[in-house]
Amino acid sequence: MSPYDPGDVVEVVRGPRTGAAAGAYRAFAATLKGLKMTMSRYVEGPLTIQYPEEKTPVYPRFRGRHKLHRFEDTGLEKCVGCSLCAAACPADCIRVVAAENTPENRVSAGERYAAVYEINLSRCIFCGYCEIACPFDAITMGHDYEMADYNRSDLIFTKEMLLAEPLARTPLRTEGE
Amino acid sequence: MITVAEVGFYESWWVQLLKALVIFAVVFQLVPIVLLAERKLLGRFQHRYGPNRVGLFGIMQPIADIGKLVFKQQFRPRTSTGWLFTLAPAISMMTAVATMAIIPFSNVVDIFGTQVGLYGIDPSIGILYAFAFGGIAFYGLMLGGWASGSKYSFLGAMRAAAQLISYEVAQGLAIVGVVMMVGSLSLTEIAAYQAEHLWLFIPQFVGFVIFTVAGFAETNRPPFDLAEADAELVGGYNTEYGGGRFAAFFAAEYVNVVVVSGIAVTLFLGGWNIPFWASAPTWLDPIVVIVKMLAFVFFFIWVRATLPRLRYDQLMGLGWKVFLPLATLNALVTAILVVAT
Repeated sequence: MSPYDPGDVVEVVRGPRTGAAAGAYRAFAATLKGLKMTMSRYVEGPLTIQYPEEKTPVYPRFRGRHKLHRFEDTGLEKCVGCSLCAAACPADCIRVVAAENTPENRVSAGERYAAVYEINLSRCIFCGYCEIACPFDAITMGHDYEMADYNRSDLIFTKEMLLAEPLARTPLRTEGE
Repeated sequence: MITVAEVGFYESWWVQLLKALVIFAVVFQLVPIVLLAERKLLGRFQHRYGPNRVGLFGIMQPIADIGKLVFKQQFRPRTSTGWLFTLAPAISMMTAVATMAIIPFSNVVDIFGTQVGLYGIDPSIGILYAFAFGGIAFYGLMLGGWASGSKYSFLGAMRAAAQLISYEVAQGLAIVGVVMMVGSLSLTEIAAYQAEHLWLFIPQFVGFVIFTVAGFAETNRPPFDLAEADAELVGGYNTEYGGGRFAAFFAAEYVNVVVVSGIAVTLFLGGWNIPFWASAPTWLDPIVVIVKMLAFVFFFIWVRATLPRLRYDQLMGLGWKVFLPLATLNALVTAILVVAT
């Protein structure tokens, strides 16, 4: 055995070596192939979605900004102020203060209603647990994702803001798109 | 007085002055167009739009680019050599613009009773004029990189020197075939020859390929942009440059692209001739040349979008071991055929 023993050397498999002429020919052919490839990309046209003007359509189950709901027939709020959403929230960003419904001031269909319902969207992680926790489907995750603002305090959404329809509707993806 | 080169056709001095200004104005206008076209086309080749926010369809983008650069501070590293550092972009720009002069847009034409050659100058040394200025253009890059006093710049400068000189040899030999077939160095005569014969890229295909590839190397364009090599050398020779001086290097590169396209069009792609339409009106000639030039520039951009940068040893190997022998062989075979027929 030679003094230098490389030990277990895996033999590297290399492609056949070409001479200069064959190599140049191959490089030329490969270059043409590459040019054809990029040209086909050119012909296909851009795939960019020009964001502020065009928006990416979201899927139906997309978890965007929350929405509170009313009953369509009576116009009463679905939320009964049970605070289960606040309990389920891992980011602890929902604040609910409940109050009793009276015959003169009937806000929700249940016994109580949410006098204060605030979601701090700067803390929300959009996990959707509130939606799952809600026994009356009063809160759902909407499709709105444009929520940037200049102030943190502006990101605390009140009940009125959550009940209102979002101003700019996000396009919804159709089935199979 | 020593005669450096004889000139094929003289006009009176005011015509020369006027046409120099016109050619400079027209060809220089191609630079922002090419600048924008490059960014937009690269975008298209990558499924993007490219710049489309400044002005209508982004047409103001070159002005925004240059404007941004011009208003920046002129910065110079302490280790740099001042006057060379300042001179280098000027050399780059000057040689690029000077080469512009020999691109013929048409033969001698009659404009309002005055005989005018639609080119800057038609020296008897013709294409060698371009190579002479191409040779000086290296100094712009080399001095710029070297005078910067930074390691990246220095590496870029060394690469530029080695690459440009080795490719100039192959490029020079590639056009020997053309010169032999035409029997003249004058670019106007080469273009006029192609009106009667085949366009020279058909009989001189090997020469055309070598000239084009060497042209990429000469203009420091991808895949031969080793002197700049943003990925490994930051910016190569122009690492330390900023503001107006960088703009000068930047613009010089694009002028070079336009000029090399112009020379390639004249030498190989029939100059101002339109195929199968020998009786085309004369006023169409400059437009034909410019359209062909832009088509060639498109090819430049297309290649940039396609090919990755070569490794340094691959580049030198390709230049010396493939293109130089091929070009020599091409010249030899052409010489035999020219003599035999």
